Amino acid sequence: MTVSDLNYLMPLLILAGSSIVILLVIAFYRDHKVTFILSLLGLIASFISIIYVRGLPHEIGALVIVDSYAMFYWGLIMLASLAVVALSYGYFSKMDEEKEEYYVLLLTATLGSSVLVISRHFISFFMGLEILSVSLYALVAYLPERKRSVEGGIKYLVLAAASSAFLLFGMALVYAESGTMDFTKLGAHINSGAVNTPLLLAGFSFMVIGVGFKLALAPFHMWTPDVYEGAPAPVTAFVATVSKGGMFALWFRFFVEVNGYRYHSLMVLFTVIAIASMFIGNFLALLQNNVKRILAYSSIAHLGYLLIAFLAGGQMGLEAGTFYLVAYFITTLGTFGIVAVLSFTERDADNMDDYRALYWRRPFIATVFTAMLMSLAGIPLTAGFLGKFYLAAAGVNTALWLPVIILVINSAISVYYYLKIVVVMYRAPEEDVVAGVPAVTISPALSVGGGLVLSVLTIMLIWFGTFPGGIIDFIKTMVSGISSVSVTMVP
Amino acid sequence: MILLWLVIILMAGGIAAWIAAKWNVMAARWISLIATLVDFVLAIIIWVEHPSGITLGANAPWLVDFRWNWIPSFGISFHMAIDGLSLLLVLLTMFIGVLSVLTSWTEIEYRAGFFHFNLLWILAGITGVFLSLDLFMFYFFWEVMLIPMYFLIGIWGHENRIYASFKFFIFTQASSLFMLVAIVALYFIHGKNTGVYTFDYLQLLGTALPPAAEMWLMFGFLIAFVVKLPIVPLHNWLPDAHTEAPTAGSVVLAALLLKTGAYGILRFVIPLFPNAVRDFQVPGMILGAIGIIYGAILAFAQTDFKRLVAYTSVNHMGFVMLGAFALNELALQGVVMQMLCHGISTGALFILVGALYERIHTRDLNKMGGFWDQIPRMGGVGLVFALASLGLPGLGNFIAEFLILAGSYMANNWVTAVATLGLVASTIYSLRIMARVFYGRKPKIEKHIPDFNVREMIIMGSLIAAIVWLGVFPHPVLDTSRPAINNIINTTSQSSSMSNLKKPLLPVKTGTTVQLAGKSEKGGAR
Repeated sequence: MTVSDLNYLMPLLILAGSSIVILLVIAFYRDHKVTFILSLLGLIASFISIIYVRGLPHEIGALVIVDSYAMFYWGLIMLASLAVVALSYGYFSKMDEEKEEYYVLLLTATLGSSVLVISRHFISFFMGLEILSVSLYALVAYLPERKRSVEGGIKYLVLAAASSAFLLFGMALVYAESGTMDFTKLGAHINSGAVNTPLLLAGFSFMVIGVGFKLALAPFHMWTPDVYEGAPAPVTAFVATVSKGGMFALWFRFFVEVNGYRYHSLMVLFTVIAIASMFIGNFLALLQNNVKRILAYSSIAHLGYLLIAFLAGGQMGLEAGTFYLVAYFITTLGTFGIVAVLSFTERDADNMDDYRALYWRRPFIATVFTAMLMSLAGIPLTAGFLGKFYLAAAGVNTALWLPVIILVINSAISVYYYLKIVVVMYRAPEEDVVAGVPAVTISPALSVGGGLVLSVLTIMLIWFGTFPGGIIDFIKTMVSGISSVSVTMVP
Repeated sequence: MILLWLVIILMAGGIAAWIAAKWNVMAARWISLIATLVDFVLAIIIWVEHPSGITLGANAPWLVDFRWNWIPSFGISFHMAIDGLSLLLVLLTMFIGVLSVLTSWTEIEYRAGFFHFNLLWILAGITGVFLSLDLFMFYFFWEVMLIPMYFLIGIWGHENRIYASFKFFIFTQASSLFMLVAIVALYFIHGKNTGVYTFDYLQLLGTALPPAAEMWLMFGFLIAFVVKLPIVPLHNWLPDAHTEAPTAGSVVLAALLLKTGAYGILRFVIPLFPNAVRDFQVPGMILGAIGIIYGAILAFAQTDFKRLVAYTSVNHMGFVMLGAFALNELALQGVVMQMLCHGISTGALFILVGALYERIHTRDLNKMGGFWDQIPRMGGVGLVFALASLGLPGLGNFIAEFLILAGSYMANNWVTAVATLGLVASTIYSLRIMARVFYGRKPKIEKHIPDFNVREMIIMGSLIAAIVWLGVFPHPVLDTSRPAINNIINTTSQSSSMSNLKKPLLPVKTGTTVQLAGKSEKGGAR
């Protein structure tokens, strides 16, 4: 490790550094606004430093590799964190708790996710995961006065710890069999002949449990609705985007490096997981009446869709997955951002009644929410549609007919619960008076940061949905790095 | 560019109307009216410039062409073109568009700005569907018309609107996703065959497909179109959506949205999958015949006036399915006529129902009767369109149904014979409308019912003029659509040089022109 290596890690160093600076500032001068601005600056500096990283790909020791693929995901993660921070200010201004440490935790969680993205070794993988998870335990339970907050935090803690144990055990098994923890060497070891040893397969399967938990894939999704509901809305947005995005990037890299596509059994396993996630996510979402829970189940289904890109593999699958993830980031941040800006001091705006006739009271927010929901449902003019189209294209290209058909069926099912929210928002206010429903609580005013984030997200949503040429080309050049390994299947 | 303007004017008009309504509701109405009128004039200009596409020959039936690279990395271009078939449907769209704005003039008081935004965006989506020559873009517009329609039903509809709007949305969305998968599959098959990955319709034509794949892909497309059309097992959403929608919504649904399904079959299903279509010919025709009979019987059984009219659409669209799968020029020309005539006659009936509902606040046929004395103008108009609906000679629907039945008789006489029974049934339900609503000794409602006012008489007058014109002088329309129809027939017969289907074509052609024109027409270049 040389000094020049540090240049490549500059974004992470800035993140880590700014979290320490903020901690020190809090020690001397506790102020919400100052902390907020410092963390914004830290994230922006970190994002800008990504642009100045040159000379890719660059390996640092055996642990990490900085390549254009990682850069893209870094950028995505930083921007998502930026959006979460911007949303958080307005949200936490209403709260009575000490808010400052929240930003520190958010930065460290971002750091963990960024480490995942560049990992190419079990050690860095696990390190990144733990930095991320430990920060999240605290973030999920950050508002302990609320009813569900601590419940969500404890659930997340217990289950995440258990899943980490599975992951570690899986890594241990793989290590025992192959004698290496380096992804590339592992791939070489498998290539050299040791393909179908039970130990290796068992190791991979245990790892799938750990990863599936983080990605909230069925059947490891149990924590999702409770944590989503219990966590403060900006944290929910963070869990749904940054945490999952980092994990997905890592898992895709790992799978390509070790060429997991040759394992027919693993492919079957992922197909089953994908189909189960889609169906479980969508069917359970149908039964919900709580907006945050609906979105939680919908995110399970969306990760199921995303797995189609993963199953397809190759350059096209990688692009499709990345594009879908971008669209998913935008919509998830947007939807939970709306929940955040509408939230009250005592509770989040997750009740259907909070959205009643929203269009006639807050046309901007309702329009944005409609656009986001339409994108989740995959309606044209939105990024979500092109994402789904890309997924279907990748799936059809590799003849994954079953998952693609299931995707189609599930998209149709999902329309129902997205429309359910839309209908409530456009319901005429007069009807409530007739029905004798008490007047809706006046939700707080829109903060500057929140309004800005929502506007930018909506513009991106429509822009990527109507003129995706630019972003697709950008993704193509950025993610071309890791998919060089040819895909050959071994039964 | 003129084609792009057709869509842009509607979209921009919609946004302008939405904004303008914040200050003045009447401004929103006028903006929408002007936008649709301008588009109507533009469409007429295109028609006047190309009265009959014949001059361009059978190889290049495209009158106006506009292309721009949209997403080059996927081979998606923004490709719009118009031929006789789409031109007629665009004309219909704009005509109905103007009328639906006029119909809502007093009906919609609540959030009129957002209403007109939705209305104009539906029209824009429909226009886009008729003009797209890129499959991706086609799908894009196909979905664009869905959301505003959903809002139209869901916000301004009648009592049961939420249920109806959900049903409408889920039926169409689910079916169109199958089409999306089929489009993508076609894209990759074509790409792997030729190395050119493109969604361009003209390039995808004639893609060599294995028979099984062709069949599956055809079903993928067909299911989306058949749900829209609708054909019987999948017609379920239609009565609810039509009944619950506001008048303008019902008019647009019946007159235009259903036509996109028919258009899709003619434009995409038949030319892209000619062999599969031929294999599916008899089942397709049977489905059409079932739709005719079933729609007529259910229309007869309704007590809700609007629902009754909705079921007549099922009946009439059965003819479209029957004719489309007959695969000869006579029947396909009939299908085009049927699309136009059904658009006008059913649109008019929905406007009539809407006007009546505005006055007496019920759609229940049992509460109506004996209205002729009170509202003679409404009665007269109702009579004209009831007769049009049953296919009285002299009105457009007669020409359409006659052509379809004559054409499909040559393709399959048994199915056609059964389908003809539907004409009898449609006579019964049409006359029942008149008997129930307008005839009878004593008016069921004693209070004063105002008759049609000037605005409504303008709407109805233009509709009557259109349907009579189509009935007595359909020639310009048939001339305009002939090159496009011939083109469709050519694609099926080229790939079927070994099949014997070509035989009935020749007598048909001469027969058509003689019967219709009464003078010897140009013999259809083939």
